[in-house]
Formats: sequence, structure tokens, C-alpha cells
Amino acid sequence: MSQPENATAETVDAIGTVHALISSGRHPVSGRPGRAREDARAVEMGLTLAGAGLHLVHAGNAEEPALRDYLGMYHGLDDSAARGELSLLPMAAEDDAVPPLAHWLETQGARMVLTGQRAECGEGSGMLPYLLAERLGWSLTTGVAAIEAVAATHVTVLQALPQGQRRRLDVRLPCLIAVDACAPAPRQSAFGPARRGKIEIVEDVTPERDAARAEWQWQPARPRPKRLKVVKATNARERFRAAAAKSSAANGQVLSDLTPEQAADKLIAYLRAEKILVDDDEPASD
Amino acid sequence: MLQTLLPILIFASLIMGAIGALRRVRLWRQGRRTPVVWRNLLLMPKRYLVDLHHIVARDKAMAHTHVATAGGFVAAMALALIVHGFGWRNPLLGGLLLASSLVMFVGALAVNRRRLHPPEKLSKGPWQRLSKSLLAYSVGMLLVSLPLVGVAPTLLGGGVLAVALTALVAWGVLELVVGMGWGGPMKHAFAGAMHLAFHRRPERFDDQHSNAQHDDHRGSRSTALFSLDLTAEKLGVEKPTDFQWNQLLGFDACVQCGRCQAVCPAFAAGQPLNPKKLIQDMVVGMAGGSDAHYAGSPYPGIEMGKHQGAPDQAIVPQLVEAETLWACTTCRACVEECPMMIEHVDAIVDMRRFITLEQGETPPSGAVALENLIATDNPGGLDNASRLDWAADLDLPRIQQRPEGVDVLLWLGDGAFDMRNQRTLRALIKILRAADVDFAVLGEEERDSGDVARRLGDEATFQRLAKRNIETLARYRFQRIVTLDPHSFHVLGREYPAFGGDYTVLHHSTFIAELFDAGRLSVKPSEQRETITYHDPCYLGRYNGEFDAPRRVLAALGIEVAEMARSGFRSRCCGGGGGAALSDVPADLPGRARIPDMRMDDVRATGAATVAVACPQCTAMLEGVVEPRPQVRDLAELVAEALIESHEAMPVSNPNETLEEVPA
Repeated sequence: MSQPENATAETVDAIGTVHALISSGRHPVSGRPGRAREDARAVEMGLTLAGAGLHLVHAGNAEEPALRDYLGMYHGLDDSAARGELSLLPMAAEDDAVPPLAHWLETQGARMVLTGQRAECGEGSGMLPYLLAERLGWSLTTGVAAIEAVAATHVTVLQALPQGQRRRLDVRLPCLIAVDACAPAPRQSAFGPARRGKIEIVEDVTPERDAARAEWQWQPARPRPKRLKVVKATNARERFRAAAAKSSAANGQVLSDLTPEQAADKLIAYLRAEKILVDDDEPASD
Repeated sequence: MLQTLLPILIFASLIMGAIGALRRVRLWRQGRRTPVVWRNLLLMPKRYLVDLHHIVARDKAMAHTHVATAGGFVAAMALALIVHGFGWRNPLLGGLLLASSLVMFVGALAVNRRRLHPPEKLSKGPWQRLSKSLLAYSVGMLLVSLPLVGVAPTLLGGGVLAVALTALVAWGVLELVVGMGWGGPMKHAFAGAMHLAFHRRPERFDDQHSNAQHDDHRGSRSTALFSLDLTAEKLGVEKPTDFQWNQLLGFDACVQCGRCQAVCPAFAAGQPLNPKKLIQDMVVGMAGGSDAHYAGSPYPGIEMGKHQGAPDQAIVPQLVEAETLWACTTCRACVEECPMMIEHVDAIVDMRRFITLEQGETPPSGAVALENLIATDNPGGLDNASRLDWAADLDLPRIQQRPEGVDVLLWLGDGAFDMRNQRTLRALIKILRAADVDFAVLGEEERDSGDVARRLGDEATFQRLAKRNIETLARYRFQRIVTLDPHSFHVLGREYPAFGGDYTVLHHSTFIAELFDAGRLSVKPSEQRETITYHDPCYLGRYNGEFDAPRRVLAALGIEVAEMARSGFRSRCCGGGGGAALSDVPADLPGRARIPDMRMDDVRATGAATVAVACPQCTAMLEGVVEPRPQVRDLAELVAEALIESHEAMPVSNPNETLEEVPA
């Protein structure tokens, strides 16, 4: 990702410290803890944007071995003596990460927070960015592939869409940016910086039990059956077109130049037509 | 007049030279301090006259030249000090002085003859001048000493001739004595002598190892990399001052003879590495300056004069480009050839350590391999539990089921994941069963030995793997470890002892040779339809001195080996070691042969139809050469093919025979 020479200074002027939320990943083959694929990309994006001004946050276990792997990414920065700093909000696996994170980010005056879209272990529901943004009242953008520009009031990002398409968005600050797996690959985690990085345990965290989680029933996962892919094509040209075809529905329509009210009406009408919304006076059918 | 001028000249030059030498010592002492064992100075003459001369003498003509020139000069200088300096004008000493000047003159003539059309490996510039200075000194000293034995006493008494002769001697001592301390070409004598005394690997000179198994080759006595203290403030070498002081001293000893350059596979393939230039760049870094004054061959493809260094300035990329360091295959050919016994590979790995551990800038393919090693214990990122998949039908004995212990623990190495190497492994299993060897494997408890991680500079991952492997091995009982991977062989046998793992490790060639000696294998005599040559793997041969066993195995098969010009300790690398294959330095440059292509040309030059190999990496690299080319067969495959099996010895069906027909 190419950044203007003084990107770091500008970023700090515009939005202060950039924060990245990180979690422990699980290696797909060995199951060992390590950097999570998307979180590492979020850290990479933050380091490119803010350099050593990026601050890492993790809510969970202080003994988590993967945390140092993220701190090992603090190299190749303008300030070669810079070392990574991580704030750890201690909590147990049964606790809800949203309240302490929201509280901590508010006290820090954070205005831009980067994160992956979904954790690789634990609940991995992918809900955290939404719940956190809702609680903070911030804007949220998911599937971000790149940050293009940062200004005092908004940030311009590229959002990844299927088939390699990109959509440019201006997002109002403060905002939470959930980084897509197609963002630039993270830099190597080096042993030296990982060793030198500072993990600061935040003292006054009062964890709350995750009420929703307490109600869940747990059962072992079943391998999901794979859909057989039947290729009907008989020649190379058709096979290529089948492979390259866009999966999006064909019968959509593009609406533009509408007032917010008109747009809302159109959306509600569509959702009703698809039977996703039911009329208020009808009882919801389960 | 001569009697006044000469003492002044001699003492002035000695004082000037001594001042320069002290400054030189201060340059070396910029490095990290290690205790100086002064009594090592006493070892220097033997190391110089025996160990160093052994290497110089690989080029007989040059050895004789050097003996005449250097010996003549040292004698002439010592006698001149007595005769001309202190004025003890004894005719006998004068005669000796004349004789030694004459010997030196003859040597200097040979030096000059070589310098008429200097080979590419030699540096020019000041080194061309040195040959003239040697002549000047020897001629000058010869002529000014003639009156001592009564020849032409009046002719040289005074006047223009005396001034001219004094000038000639002055030129000589300026180059040979003053220049020795002040960084001229002759500094190699002073720094070289000190380097030999304070060498970082004293084992290289130690003759006490002659009973050890693989130590017969002098170059293989100390080849394990030094372990790195992972709690140190800075990991690896960033600046010249981060080297140990005696490493800096070693760089300064370089005589720029270019033997390293001539054997370097990366240099020959046009990759941006020249071991001689690298050592000179280290000297530039230590003393400060630019590489514009360097008068030898450059790094291929990198312009000279653009890089500069200083003792406290980062080496990469101001002085040396990172790709230069990553192009090295750690084949140790340069170290083996260096008459000054400089340790190029140590220096390269030291600098790689900083790049990997502190800067996180390992070349991308290498970084992926390291990440995989951390996550899955093998560089391919494969499930470690699949390490035995290739042997599903072989019913291999597991060491976990043999608490009473086994004779041989078979170490599979990462070749267990490679389909080509799996064929070799199956052949080895067949041999072990035919010889009724009591063996077992670790299975999924085996991890990568850490070889690649260590050569890529990731000492942290290496030490983690080493410690885990040592913990695993401590749980089981076995007499010795046998492996067909020379890299595992080297790391387990030579590098694990530093971490508390002491094992008897045998390469499969050694073990099979033992089986033959014990009469435990019966083979069909070979009809020798075709010529076969043998390629010595670097980590088996140069690193561990095992040249003999593979040849004994081939001899036991009735095969006569057609040796390549570069075989034994001079074997040319296949290009696959030291992480060079993961370095992303372009290997196939337009108009240049790749390293394995050059090695295959060596094979072709023998007329061999088959090249016997003894290393999974060599197999992969040499088989990567496009057909038509000689076949590549591991020793184990050749032996397995010739085995006469008793029927009950091999209960399991052997699909090896059919697999062999499938092109790799």
C-alpha cells in the first residue's frame, strides 16, 4: 500500500492514536495459537497508516502466547527504536468483551479502531465489530481492503466486494474498520521486536458475564456436507465462463438520486417482497 | 653514506609500521570484546607454517613462490636489522643476508610473472604494485649488502648510485614494513598472523581429533554455527562493530587471492555474491570508506563504488545489499579454500540473523517457511501427523512401542513429505530390513531439525525446534540415529550438542558401508554397464568430512566411480542448501547457468549416465535440471536395487520397483 511520505504525521494530527483490536488465531493445520489472519492484516494496515503510533488492544488472557507475535510486527518503521505497546484488558473466556473494550476505547479518546472481521477461535461469531460500534455509536465499515486517505472528519476506504471488485467509501469519524482477508498481507513477525514489545495490563477492568452466551447450548460441530459441484460445460470456453461468472443476482436494480425517505420506503418494500420483513399487525411466523 | 642512511631508514620504517599496526589493532578492537588469550600467540608459528601452508600448498607453484618470497623477506629483514640497523657488519651474516635477498628475488620474479596476466580471481591495483615492491626490496637489499662480502666495496661508497639504491630499499620497506601496519597489501601478513593466533574456531588447528569418525578432513573439525544468546540486547550483526573483534581481525587478514571467488557457486551463477568482495566490504565497514578502491571482481550485477560503510553504520543496505547475503548456499567452499582460514559463512549467518530476528525482512519464501516451521514444525506447513503417510503399507516399527530400546533410530527428515525422497526412504527401509537391522521411527513426534531456520538466521525458531527434538529424543532409548539427510545429520550430530543433545548420528552412507563391512548385505555384482559418478553433498563432505563411506558403498556394489573434477572437499554445491532456494534471489539469470545446471555439466564431463547422490536436497536440485541429463539416484536406491533378498526378510510388498519407472 503506497502512502504519502508524511502519512504518519498527518494521521496523528487528524485522528490521534490508531488502535487495533487483536485476538489469538488458530493455525488451520496444527491448531497452534498465532496471529489471526485478519487481525494481522488490521495491524499491518495500522502500522502502514500510523507507524509506531498504532496501539494494540486485546481483551482476554494475559498469558496468550500469540500476543507477542503481533508486537513482533513493529519493525521497518520510521522510528527504528519504536517498540510495540499492547493494552491488555483481562477477562475470562465466558465474559463479554464488548463492555470493557468500549469503556477503554472511550477513555482513551480513540477515534479510529481497526480489527479483523471474525475471530478464529472462541465464539468467532463475527458480531464484535457490530456490537462495539453500536455501543460506541460509531460508524462501522466491514470488509475493508485498504485505507486510502485520512482527514480530520472522515476516512476514505476501499471495501472489498466479491469477484475482486472494490467500492470506495467515505466513512465518518470516529469509526471502526473491520479488515478483510484480502487486505495487504501482514509483515513478518520478528523475534527481537516481539521480545521488546510492552504488554500493559489495564487494572480497573470489571468484566461482565456474557448473558447471551450463558443461554447457549453447546454441541460438537459436525463437518458440513460439501455441495457437489456439477460442471455441465463441455468445452473450455464454457468452463472458463462458469468459473469467471459473477455470482450476483441478475435481477437487481440500481436506485439513485432518492431522498432518504424514498430510499427507506423502497428498501422496506423490497424486504417485504422477499418476506424478510413482516407487517407489524401480522404475528411473526416462526 | 649508506651506513648512515640505512639504519635511519630501517628504524624509521619499523617505528612507523608499529604505529600503523597499533592503529590497526584499535580498528579490530571496535568489535565485541572477547577475552584475549595471549598465550595463543605461541601457537601462531605452527598454525602458520603447518595449517595455513597445507591450504596454500593446494596450488604447488604458488606455495613455492610464497615460501621463497615471504621466507626470503622475513630472513632478509631480520638480518638487515642486525647488519645494517645495528651495524654488526659480519661477513657471514652479510652472506646470509645476500642469500635470503636472492631467494626473495627469485620468489618476487615468480610473483611478477603471475602478475603479467593475472587470473580473474586476483585483485589488481595495490596488489600489482606489491609485486614490483617485492622486486625493489630484494634487488635493493641485495645490492646494498654486496660490500659486506667484499664485492664492489668502492663502487657503492657514495654518490648518485648510493642514493638510488637507498631509494629502492626505501620503496621496499615503505610497502613491506610501513604498509604492513598502515593497511597496504602487506597487512595480510600482520593481520593474518594475529588471526591465526586468535582464531574464533581453534578446533580447526587441533590435531587431537584424529580418532573421531568424520574428522579426518581438516576442514570439517569445526563447522557447527555458533549459538546465539537470545537474551542479548541486539540479535545478530547490524554494524561492523557488532562482530566479535576476532572476526574483524579475520576479515582484515584477507589476501584477496580470490580462491573463494573461484569456487563460489553463487558467483559462478551470476548471483550477486562474491565472497572475496564481501570480506573486503567488511574491512571497508570496519575502517570506514567506500568500495571504490576495491580492485577485484564485483558482486555480479551490482555496480561498484556506490556503497560505503563505517564502523557504526548499518551494513545492510548501505554497504552490502541484502540479496548478496541471501544468495549464499552456505556450502562452505569459500571457507574450505581460504588460505587465511576466514569464516565467511559465520559472517553471512550473523548478518542474516539481524535481518530476520530484528528487522523481520527475511525474503518472502523464507519467511513463509519460517512461519510454517513455527506453526507446524515443518517448512511446508503440512500436518506433521502425515509424516509417515508414505509408509502406510510398510508397517514401520514405532519407537513408542519399543520402551526397551532399539539399535537404530531412523530420522526421516523433511524429505518424508517429498514424493521423490519418499522413494529413497522406501529403498532405505528395504535395505534395513534386508540387513535385519533393529530400527524404529519417531513418526509424528519428529520435527524439522531446524537446519533451514538456522541458516535463514532465525535462531529463535532453531533453538525452539532443537530443544523440543532433544526433549523428545530423551524419552526414548536407542543406540544411534541414522538419517539420509546430511542436513539433519549435521544439525543433530554437530549442532545439538550445544543444547545438551549428544547422540551418535550416522549418515545412511556410513551406516550402509558398515552393513557391508559386517557382511550383512548381499548384493548382485554390478555388470557396470554404465559410468557412474558421485556428487558429494556439502553438509556430508565439507561439513562433516565423510567422503569415504559413499565411495565404499559404491565399491561394494562393484561400481567404479568416475570422479568429477570437483569432488571430495572441492565438490560443487547443488544450490539447494542454506535456505538459498528460499531466498527469492533470481536463480536463472539470462545467459547464465543455474547452480544445479553447472553441477550437472560437471557430471556430464565425466561421461556418466548416472550420478549417485546422498542428500534429498541434491536429488531435488539435480533432478530439476532439464532432460536429457544423466539419471539421479540416491545411494540407497542403488543398493536396494542390487539387493539379493531372502524371501522372508521382506514380508511387505515393495511397490518401489514399479514406482521407479514413473518419471519424477
